[in-house]
Parts: sequence; C-alpha cells; structure tokens
Amino acid sequence: MLFFYALAAAAVVTSLLVIGQRNPMHSVMLLIASFGALAGLYVLLDAPFVAVIQIIIYTGAILVLFLFVVMLLNAPREDVPEDAARRLRLHGPRRVGAVLAAVLAVELGWAVWATFRAGAAPAFEQGEGVAQAVSSVRRIGQVLFTEYAFAFEVTSLLIIVAMIGAVILAKRRTDG
Amino acid sequence: MITLNHYLIVSAILFATGTAGVFLRRNVITMLLSIEIMLNAANLALVAFGRYYGRVDGQIVVFFVVTVAAAEAAVGLALVISLFRHRESLDPDAFTRLRW
Repeated sequence: MLFFYALAAAAVVTSLLVIGQRNPMHSVMLLIASFGALAGLYVLLDAPFVAVIQIIIYTGAILVLFLFVVMLLNAPREDVPEDAARRLRLHGPRRVGAVLAAVLAVELGWAVWATFRAGAAPAFEQGEGVAQAVSSVRRIGQVLFTEYAFAFEVTSLLIIVAMIGAVILAKRRTDG
Repeated sequence: MITLNHYLIVSAILFATGTAGVFLRRNVITMLLSIEIMLNAANLALVAFGRYYGRVDGQIVVFFVVTVAAAEAAVGLALVISLFRHRESLDPDAFTRLRW
C-alpha cells in the first residue's frame, strides 16, 4: 500500500515537473523518472510484461530518441517573444489552456467518483490464481498471436510506414 | 486497501497533466512529451482494468499503444527536425505557413 502511494506520487510529481521545465533536456530526464515510477505501478498490478516493455521500449528507445533530437537541435530554451505585445498576446490562450486542463482533471475525477459511488470501491481480487493468470507472459503471447493476430500484423505495416515517413521527412534535400 | 479507483484517479491526474502540457508549453518537443504522458495515463487505466477483470487483453492493448507511440514519436520528431531546419525555432507559433 505504501509502495502504491510512493510510486503514484513520484509519477504525478515528475510529470508535473516535466511540463514545468523550460529546458527540454530536463523534461526528458524527468519523464524517464516518471516512466520508471509507472513501471513500478505495473509491477504492483501483476503486469511484469508491461513493466518491462515500459522500461525497454519507452525509456530505452522512445525517450532516448527524444534525447537525441534535443541534443541534435541544440535549442536548450523555449523561445520567449522579445516584444511585449506578442508576449502579452500569449497570456490569454495560456490562461484558457490552464483552466481547461483543470476542468478536465475535475471532470475525470468526478466521473470515477460518480461511477463507483453506488457500490463499494471495486477491490482487486487477491486470489493467487488471478494474479498468476494476468501476469503470465505465456498467456499474453497465446492471446496476442491468436485473437489479436491480425492487429499484430497490421502493427508491422504501421511501423514500416512510420519508418519510411520519418526518413523522408528528416532527409536533407539535395536539390535545393 | 488499494482499489481500482486509486489507479483510475492517478491515471486521470496524469492525463490532465499531459493536456495541460500541450496547452501551456510553447515548445514542440515538450508538447510531444506531454502526448507521451497522456498515452501512459491511458495505459495505466488499461492495465488496471485488465487486472480487475482478470484478463490479459488490457496488457495486449497496451502493447499496441506502445507501438503506436513509437511510430508517433519517430514521425513527430522527424517533423520537428525538418521544421527546425526551416525556421530555426521550436515555437509552434513560428510554423504558420504550409509552404516556404
């Protein structure tokens, strides 16, 4: 129980710090910490497979890619407009955005609370059988390659398209 | 006793944090990072529901979400690089024209 609160607090605090940074490098580093805490939450949920792909794919591949781009572009600071008029014009949309995000947080919290108000809070089944059934990588593999085989194959197509697209977009133009 | 609600509340807070990041930051890279936070909030809810119903389907959907996130990051960062080459800026307001 203590683990849950510690990991949840770590995930939320580091995520808030991610969007509070002006330096994208610090943002990426904090997001790695946040995803580490989330991997811990997945372990508590008896999902070691998801915890491992969270660390290997998310922090190991995706965030390292972000890190490479941040270093490549070498633009450590967010541009702040020089003239006061433009800076002032940014305040309105920002305030609206902050209010909208706060409204979304309240709405989502209220939705969770209202849905389960009728009965007791839904507890997880503690039986050994459920935990084992959910955490079994063998079971995940079996379901993935039978029920979800088509989606799995389409995923490979998606990755090829993304790869070709990324190469074409980032390629330096030779003709001009 | 940690219930499903606890995980859903954490997921809701993370999702709202990601939304706030997209609204508040003026940096394309941080905005992409905020999208990753939102995807992870959805993943947490999926895994929690999967555990609650005792099924592995939630984790399989998470697997697909991670794949899509990887594809999105690759294409998004390629776009950022090619935009930065043309404008020398990461401010989304600098990219107002569809052609150059």
